[in-house]
Amino acid sequence: MRPLLLFSVLLVLALAGFGWSLTSGSIDIGWRELLAAVFDTDPGLHARVILELRWPRAAAAFVTGALLALAGALMQVLLRNPLADPYVLGISGGAATGALLMLLFGIGGLWLHGAAFSGALLSMLIVFGLAHGRGSWTINRLLLTGIVIAAGWGAVIGFLLAMSPEQNLRGMLFWLMGDLAYAGTPLTGFVVLLAGLLIALAMGRSLNILAHGELAAATLGVPVATLRRLIYVLASLLTAAAVTMAGSIGFVGLVVPHMLRLQGVRDHRQLLPAAVLLGGSLLLIADTLARTLLAPRQLPVGILTALVGVPVFLLLLYRSRELHGREG
Amino acid sequence: MALLEASGLDIRIGTTEVCRRLALQINTGERWAILGRNGAGKTTLLHTLAGLRRPDSGTLRLDGEALDTLPRRHIARRVGVLLQDHLDAFPASVMETVLIGRHPYLGALQWEGPDDYALARAALHAVGLDGLEDRNVATLSGGERRRLGIATLLTQDPTLWLLDEPTNHLDVHQQIHILDLLQARSQAQHKTLLLVMHDLNLALRYCDRFLLLFGAGKTAQGSAEEVLTRATLERLYEHPMHTLDGPRGPVWLPG
Repeated sequence: MRPLLLFSVLLVLALAGFGWSLTSGSIDIGWRELLAAVFDTDPGLHARVILELRWPRAAAAFVTGALLALAGALMQVLLRNPLADPYVLGISGGAATGALLMLLFGIGGLWLHGAAFSGALLSMLIVFGLAHGRGSWTINRLLLTGIVIAAGWGAVIGFLLAMSPEQNLRGMLFWLMGDLAYAGTPLTGFVVLLAGLLIALAMGRSLNILAHGELAAATLGVPVATLRRLIYVLASLLTAAAVTMAGSIGFVGLVVPHMLRLQGVRDHRQLLPAAVLLGGSLLLIADTLARTLLAPRQLPVGILTALVGVPVFLLLLYRSRELHGREG
Repeated sequence: MALLEASGLDIRIGTTEVCRRLALQINTGERWAILGRNGAGKTTLLHTLAGLRRPDSGTLRLDGEALDTLPRRHIARRVGVLLQDHLDAFPASVMETVLIGRHPYLGALQWEGPDDYALARAALHAVGLDGLEDRNVATLSGGERRRLGIATLLTQDPTLWLLDEPTNHLDVHQQIHILDLLQARSQAQHKTLLLVMHDLNLALRYCDRFLLLFGAGKTAQGSAEEVLTRATLERLYEHPMHTLDGPRGPVWLPG
């Protein structure tokens, strides 16, 4: 797909997602009223609903999805594995442990976010330290360390769930499945996203080369060890910011980069910004469905990302020739 | 001054010695072949000479400067490597893959320009891959992928070419075509070649200097007359060798 067309389509999708999200909910707000609310200097009731309730939620959904898609694309290059997602190295487990500890004691708000972020950072440092070991930092070593640490967090999470009183379980399960109800203001996440995207774009061409193997990248002048550490830290921080806002929302980080690759977007200098737009839009649409589908009941958005993403992805996969193996 | 100079070079893989106190001077325009049995350490030596791996001791100098102090980008403009195998983890087109050869010349935020595309197209033409620009590399045959690797090296345009079994996967016609191409570059543009070769006769046809790895740290080097004798080759391959008279001089046959 031509870059101009690609980004036009993605921008329209994002704007339409925002429009739909802001006009949907328990109070009916039409598109005309939405435009009036955005441009009007004298906000009425509808405008206040949009600005105070729906806009932060929609923005949080978009930013979270964008963070996850960007982190997923980076992890896939780092591990040179199309199956990698932002959680494969155990970051979400660390965040979940922190968050569930807070939920266990009924603490919310900033403490919840702080604990989730600390857990994510702790997990990232453990994996980073252990994967180095005495030898080199091979992909398999990193992957195995991450998977084992994730399994360890899984056990802790199970323990916390088993120990918690009944009335806290629902909130904990929602957090584990990914839920934007606790997201709060997306400003921090947005800053992390923007900084992350700029740094990632600056290494874009090196990422293209790293996909051909570390040795090949080194022969072309890529400082492989430094670059890999940078990707690891960047992808981890992006993931940490996302799970801190919304828990472990699955699927977006794994599938969004592949959706784009299946459309022929392969250069990371296009793939990464495209993943930000598509990941954000996908999660925004999923979250709007999550809060309107069975209103007034709200679903964890993690369920919806899979419900929307699975058929879309399978359709792309079915129609694509990109991933077909060698012919003849 | 030698283009690449090794002195006192010790290389070990685990407990296996590749070379001991090796002194090597590779001068501009020379064409070297590295010969040896499987597992003798030809690839390891090549990677060490490219600065991809540290020697266990000894020094390497590129244009008189210590190789391990030079930035990788700088080395990449002078030294190009064709690796034994190509890894393509994610889909990429032939054009995208051949363009990565321009990486050492482009700034971090710079995009490939018309000149880079022109070089890439010329390189694809030189190896006979024109028309395949938009193909996914995963759909190429082994021989086409190998030629794409050589085209990438052509766009990188280094002074010293280190090629690990460049004729891997190539049919007879393509072997000669690619080696002719490399030889022509070497003669016209004073490029220096160092080839890891299994085909002794091709090595003899295209190379003027030979480095033999016997294993256990023992090496020999020199011109064909100096080192490619029957006794040396039988010791090198641990296999009886015979010669026949061919149209271009002696042809070696395993006994």
